[in-house]
Amino acid sequence: MVVDGIGASVKRKEDLRFLSGRGNYVDDMNRPGQTFAHFLRSDVPHGKLNKVDISAALKMPGVVAIFTGDDFTGVGGIPCGWQIHSKDGTPMVEPRHPVLAAGKVRHVGDPIAMVVAETKQQAKDAAEAIILDIETLPAVAGLTAALAAGAPLVHDEAAGNICFDWHIGDKAAVEAGFAKAHKIVRLDLVNNRLVPNAMEPRAAIGDYDVSSGEYTLYTTSQNPHVIRLLMGAFVLSIPEHKLRVVAPDVGGGFGSKIFHYAEEAALTWAAGKVKRPIKWTADRTEAFITDAHGRDHISTAELALDAEGHFLALKVNTQANMGAYLSTFAPSVPTYLSATLLAGVYKTPAIYAEVKAVFTNTVPVDAYRGAGRPEATFLLERIVDVAAREMNMDRVEIRKKNFIPKEAFPYQTPIALQYDSGDYMATFDGCLKAADYAGFEARRKASAAKGKLRGIGISTYVEACGIAPSAVAGALGARAGLYEVANIRVHPTGSVTVFTGAHSHGQGHETTFAQLVSEQLGVAHDMIDIVHGDTGKVPFGMGTYGSRSLSVGGSAMVKAMDKIIDKGKKIAAHLMEADVHDIEFKDGKFSVVGTDKAKTFGEIALTAYVPHNYPIEELEPGLEETAFYDPKNFTYPGGCHIAEVEIDPDTGTVSMISFTAVDDIGRVINPMIVEGQVQGGIAQGIGQALLEHAIYDESGQLLSGSMMDYTMPRADDIPNISVGMEVTLCTHNPLGSKGVGEVGAIGSPPAVINAVVDALRDYGVRHVDMPATPAKIWALIDAYHPKMAAE
Amino acid sequence: MYDFTYAKPASLADAAKALGADAEAKALAGGMTFIPVLKQRLNKPSTVVDLSALGLNYIKLEGGKLMIGAMTPHGSVAASADVKKAIPALAELAGNIGDRQVRYRGTIGGSLANNDPSACYPSAVLALGATIKTNERSIATDDYFQGMFTTALNPGEIITEVQFPIPEKAAYAKFANPASRYAMVGVFVAKTAGGVRVAVTGAGQNGVFRHAAFEAALAKSFTPDALNGIATPVGDMNADIHGSAAYRAHLVGVMAKRAVAAAK
Repeated sequence: MVVDGIGASVKRKEDLRFLSGRGNYVDDMNRPGQTFAHFLRSDVPHGKLNKVDISAALKMPGVVAIFTGDDFTGVGGIPCGWQIHSKDGTPMVEPRHPVLAAGKVRHVGDPIAMVVAETKQQAKDAAEAIILDIETLPAVAGLTAALAAGAPLVHDEAAGNICFDWHIGDKAAVEAGFAKAHKIVRLDLVNNRLVPNAMEPRAAIGDYDVSSGEYTLYTTSQNPHVIRLLMGAFVLSIPEHKLRVVAPDVGGGFGSKIFHYAEEAALTWAAGKVKRPIKWTADRTEAFITDAHGRDHISTAELALDAEGHFLALKVNTQANMGAYLSTFAPSVPTYLSATLLAGVYKTPAIYAEVKAVFTNTVPVDAYRGAGRPEATFLLERIVDVAAREMNMDRVEIRKKNFIPKEAFPYQTPIALQYDSGDYMATFDGCLKAADYAGFEARRKASAAKGKLRGIGISTYVEACGIAPSAVAGALGARAGLYEVANIRVHPTGSVTVFTGAHSHGQGHETTFAQLVSEQLGVAHDMIDIVHGDTGKVPFGMGTYGSRSLSVGGSAMVKAMDKIIDKGKKIAAHLMEADVHDIEFKDGKFSVVGTDKAKTFGEIALTAYVPHNYPIEELEPGLEETAFYDPKNFTYPGGCHIAEVEIDPDTGTVSMISFTAVDDIGRVINPMIVEGQVQGGIAQGIGQALLEHAIYDESGQLLSGSMMDYTMPRADDIPNISVGMEVTLCTHNPLGSKGVGEVGAIGSPPAVINAVVDALRDYGVRHVDMPATPAKIWALIDAYHPKMAAE
Repeated sequence: MYDFTYAKPASLADAAKALGADAEAKALAGGMTFIPVLKQRLNKPSTVVDLSALGLNYIKLEGGKLMIGAMTPHGSVAASADVKKAIPALAELAGNIGDRQVRYRGTIGGSLANNDPSACYPSAVLALGATIKTNERSIATDDYFQGMFTTALNPGEIITEVQFPIPEKAAYAKFANPASRYAMVGVFVAKTAGGVRVAVTGAGQNGVFRHAAFEAALAKSFTPDALNGIATPVGDMNADIHGSAAYRAHLVGVMAKRAVAAAK
């Protein structure tokens, strides 16, 4: 029997079907009698919708139905799942987000009409026959423009375009820290807006069974139960037992497939009207203008230091772009997922942060891999580097001086979070060594001899993930619980099906979770199936995001398997006529301690389902258990990333030479999958730091609206990435795991930019906003030459 | 895409007839630009005339000239022993267009007929002083390019072959647009029997152009240093989210120097 449990680099079971073209994605699915939808979308950023004339379009060949905003007045708006209150206690402004645009269009891509036809082409043809009368209104795309006095309003009810004006921390303590500071370092930063660009574009099929009255939505989602809850309860008023949401194989999400999107509600609702399935698959252009974007913060940070370089206080003011409507978790990103992380790995005693969330005529902005934590980490690790330089201190020394020492855990930060475990010195020293930091100056000289500018950048980070304790999240504004659910079904012959509320869209859950089962129940991998992504099969669940699947979902599995083992022991005790307290379960066998009497896991399973000799008076037959696991705290992965870059001063091109990561993600289940997750996250972080930028022009048109202008990282943009681990265990979940999905994207951008700024040390460059494109770097170098000549 | 009629003529005469008979008919070479355009419904041809069955996929080295059939894909040019021997810079240019899939489908004739201002081939054709043969005539390269997406081709005229004289030495240096990897600035330099020719793609507002100042300097001394201090007029350059006109003008100089240094 092959039992590959915790710690084995088991090859990913799911890859055979993914790599051989046998995955089952939404666009691969077809329902009997299926029709196709095409959404007619606004091409103006802001406008008054005077008239949508569908009369000619209805007569086009193959048209089944056409729906507009008027058809959806009787249903709810697309809800927001997180409520933030402003400083003055008032709740955030939460304008209605209609399923299809009603009265106004508010961003390019806002859906105006849905055409349902026999073929996709016919739907597109008919959409072109819809006559729109849109009165263009002045628009605001950027934060600065939206907050300017007299700026056009995205929503009439949001004065000044402000959604909320929030704060956290002890302002007085921060002021006191500043009052006694030896030095105050100030830095303005932009966290660049990103387009998620999962490989698989969003797709959905709405289906309605006339005989049962049941709706089914097949959709590209990271959390089908959340979609069922949001869409069923808040938008369409379909009770849970009549609504099934299926998220089959999903090709990447990175956060963008957490959210409930208008298309899902429109397709489900319309399927009930036309009484036929309706399928829609976004093309890449639609993905650019409808998938929730990421980041887009402007911040000012001020760090107060004493004469020795100890951090005394940190003050941060952030403006966060929400886009035109509030996406599902948008308000949580710049607030509880970002500002609460501003302590980072440092013992800064006083922190105060203010966040203004702002509506603009752009695609909604929401969580994207890291969600708030990359923004906090970028800000912190940049200002620490700037502080080191302006204090004439070494970048390594200033960090070591301010680290939270390992003896201080559990560590209560001044802004809400309590870190349970970590050893920042260990990951730091490990990373410096792995990156040969000490040998850098020789490499810099070698590059200089070739006419290249070499730089090295360090970043340290901590993140809060494994969200969340439901009570804490609820107190902070979450409108849902954030536990996870596992149902373990042991079949009569001892094979196991695990039903998990987590969802795999590339993470390798089918392998990692099978390892948990293999470890705990001693069952071979080919006897284990992991089922996810179907509300009709899985009891409940909150899905996959925030690096939570293992630490929360895996913990639920452990708890459910504990119950299986407990029941198995009772059955074994009966069969072997022993006391249940004398039964031990190990390596797949129930044995009576101190004897050679034992029953295999399979024998016990069979007995549970064929209860001929069974303690039927006190125990139900069957072997299936469910556990809901609500974590006691967030988990806190942390670590150190070091980037080394070389800049060609003639062109401004930044080349990634090497990247070294030493992370603490708690217990590692599958080292190979973990390494892949870290590398993938770092690739996205390098993308943010050097390449990716969603750019709107002033009028609200997306200039980087295709792969021709939006720079996705390619393989040759990414260097070899060295991944190391220094593990401390999470203290409050049964696995000791912390989470790995986001660490790469969180730790890497400041390492890259710190390296770029370091490379430009002789050019008077204090800060570079992301992405550090060749044009931007060349302009900095070019701007410096005249000054040199003048000196 | 919109519905259209598909035709795959077996002779040049039939292809010309199909294109000439219908103003809304469009020729399909490799389709690397045209098919995405169709998919986005930005073009609505009545008939798409596929040129792939006309026998125009060949490379010949004869009489001191390199002849490349219009339907020869980039990958074939990149891999051709004849091209590598006669004009290695051309093989290298072709081998760096797009990605492997594009190089397998995209053709030299398609690239020249489209005359995308960021395409690589126009700079080679212009700098090498090639001749563009069509079903109607031969067009000298200096007469062929007429601004971005504009050429001397008449409606329905089909490129059949490109004839390259063999230069003494040549090289192409490309600064790729970070997103599209088209040429943000591409400079092809060639030292030919008729003098030094420098053609720049990607950078100019009017598509590919010859750089007279660089040509004059390099005629005196074919060295990178000969280009020191010679500016490229910023006013003639493109500017977009990827780079300012000043940056492009600067890159023209950098890429030209690199091409001169690499020329063989």
